Amino acid sequence: MSYYQEYSKFKEFDFGSFFAQITDDDIRGVLAKDRLEREDFLVLLSPKASNYLEEMAQKAHKLTVQNFGRIIFLYAPLYLANYCVNQCAYCGFNVKNGFKRDKLTLNQVEEEAKAIMDKGIKDLVVLTGESRKHSPVSYIKDSINIIKEYISSIAIEVYPMKTEEYKELVETGVDGLTIYQETYNEDIYDEVHIKGPKKNYRFRLDAPERGCQAGMRRVNIGPLLGLDDWRKETFFAGLHANYLQNKYLDTAISLSLPRLRPHLGSFQPNSIVDDSALVQIILAYRLFLPHIGISLSTRESRELRDNLLPLGITKMSAESSTAVGGYARDKGAKQFDISDDRTVVEMKDLLLNKGYQPIFKNWQQI
Amino acid sequence: MIKVKDKLMIGGEVLESRLFTGTGKFSNKEVITETIEAAKSQVVTMALRRVDFDSKEENVINYIPDDSILLPNTSGARTAEEAVRIARIAKAAGCGNWIKIEVISDNKYLMPDNQETIKATEVLAQEGFVVLPYVTPDLMVAKRLEEVGAAAVMPLGAPIGSNRGLKTKELIRILIDEIDLPIVVDAGIGKPSQAAEAMEMGADAVLVNTAIATAKDPVTMGRAFDWAVRAGREAYLAGTGVVKNYASASSPLTGFLKGE
Repeated sequence: MSYYQEYSKFKEFDFGSFFAQITDDDIRGVLAKDRLEREDFLVLLSPKASNYLEEMAQKAHKLTVQNFGRIIFLYAPLYLANYCVNQCAYCGFNVKNGFKRDKLTLNQVEEEAKAIMDKGIKDLVVLTGESRKHSPVSYIKDSINIIKEYISSIAIEVYPMKTEEYKELVETGVDGLTIYQETYNEDIYDEVHIKGPKKNYRFRLDAPERGCQAGMRRVNIGPLLGLDDWRKETFFAGLHANYLQNKYLDTAISLSLPRLRPHLGSFQPNSIVDDSALVQIILAYRLFLPHIGISLSTRESRELRDNLLPLGITKMSAESSTAVGGYARDKGAKQFDISDDRTVVEMKDLLLNKGYQPIFKNWQQI
Repeated sequence: MIKVKDKLMIGGEVLESRLFTGTGKFSNKEVITETIEAAKSQVVTMALRRVDFDSKEENVINYIPDDSILLPNTSGARTAEEAVRIARIAKAAGCGNWIKIEVISDNKYLMPDNQETIKATEVLAQEGFVVLPYVTPDLMVAKRLEEVGAAAVMPLGAPIGSNRGLKTKELIRILIDEIDLPIVVDAGIGKPSQAAEAMEMGADAVLVNTAIATAKDPVTMGRAFDWAVRAGREAYLAGTGVVKNYASASSPLTGFLKGE
């Protein structure tokens, strides 16, 4: 059994007709419920539900405070290397983009880890492009062994791996896995992943599940918003999170909200995800999955991040660099531009002013 | 009438307050100190996973009043083995020898794993820890915990953070009647009245976090819980009246015995 079976049930579903039949009473009915079924989730993603964002927001806020408290977890990314063999139409690290590739030496990994630790960050996502030649599992393991001396909680966001490889990384000290499906739409997936191992939709789709099986404590998923109709993408991602959470109770599943950002290359989004859509996505996720973490990165502007904060967000990145060696050295080519460049100290003050306690440490190596 | 001193004893410590509190979910760290003081709580739990020993400003322990008994918990543990490792780290880090065992491998309802909890309790009790295991109320599990050396049993009233109240009341009542260890109702208590209800029933203490930490005014809510717990305890000691769920019959069925 894989999420693919569940996805397949809805692959040909006529979302348009379903949305067209939604009435105000349907939405009010869903808002009155304690536990939502997947059809209810879809009701909240309908165009009509956009008239109920305030009601949804009030409920989402209460649920988030109740389940997570008045706190926000903070984290940062660490880019180890940007060598990549894939040709993804939307990505700055695309093999066809001619910029100087870079990879940290183990000494540089240590410099970066120290620089990040000095900012007060204790929760890190370690990233590489997809190149088993330049960033093999052994290199990632060696890097983790260094980083864990400075950082207490480490997730990876790298190419999809086999269960055994994930297990090796868990044993080394990795406790989290982030992997984005980019798009759940198989046809668009095939179109935008022009060349490279990433063309394998199923291997990527099942990667979060392999992470759960390998003993990851937390698995973070999400579509890259903008590749297909966001209502469908959100529905499939929510179902995916629900599938994983029900099957792997001991792994904390969370969702991220990456929106396509300007980057090197000329790809433009297929679907416009405006701020109102982003709000509806967050609220629908929260009401459908009250215990699931929702993460928001510095891709979004500071104003928007401040406003999205009380709607259901549980985790934010701070003072991020998306360049290899971006913390300790001069900045190189970035995977995407960040919008919110506030420092960790500024983020901390902002959160406290908004009535949220910033939490840096939420795990430690045991 | 001689007033008997009513104190709770756990792990050799005599406790005046029967309200245990937590440090999670607060909007800032300073309010934690104020709230614990207002609640007059003496036993304070914190997740070891979140204790930042490297930073004076971020270390939550620095916000817990000095005269409190620290009750580190093993939040994040998915097995007995992980709980034991976390407990040892807490002790080595200077958090004392009290430990609340939380083994949760269910991220949806956050229900404790009773079997793994018994295993961890046994190991840690032998190592000299004062072990307070958090469990789903179950008589056989509580008896096992008693046998393996737990210092108290902490049954849940409802799932963590749910504020739903004493949903497991009848099961907790059995533990109160049958187990000699202190029974500390932990999780689910959403309002002071529910804390009072647990205390009236004969619980030895309650642990409240979410209902206090997420209140609009945690300090006032902490004080309200203090009063509720004291009121509930006094009511228990005073002996509540018998509750009858039938009215006194106007035509007695056994009157004939008295020649009526």
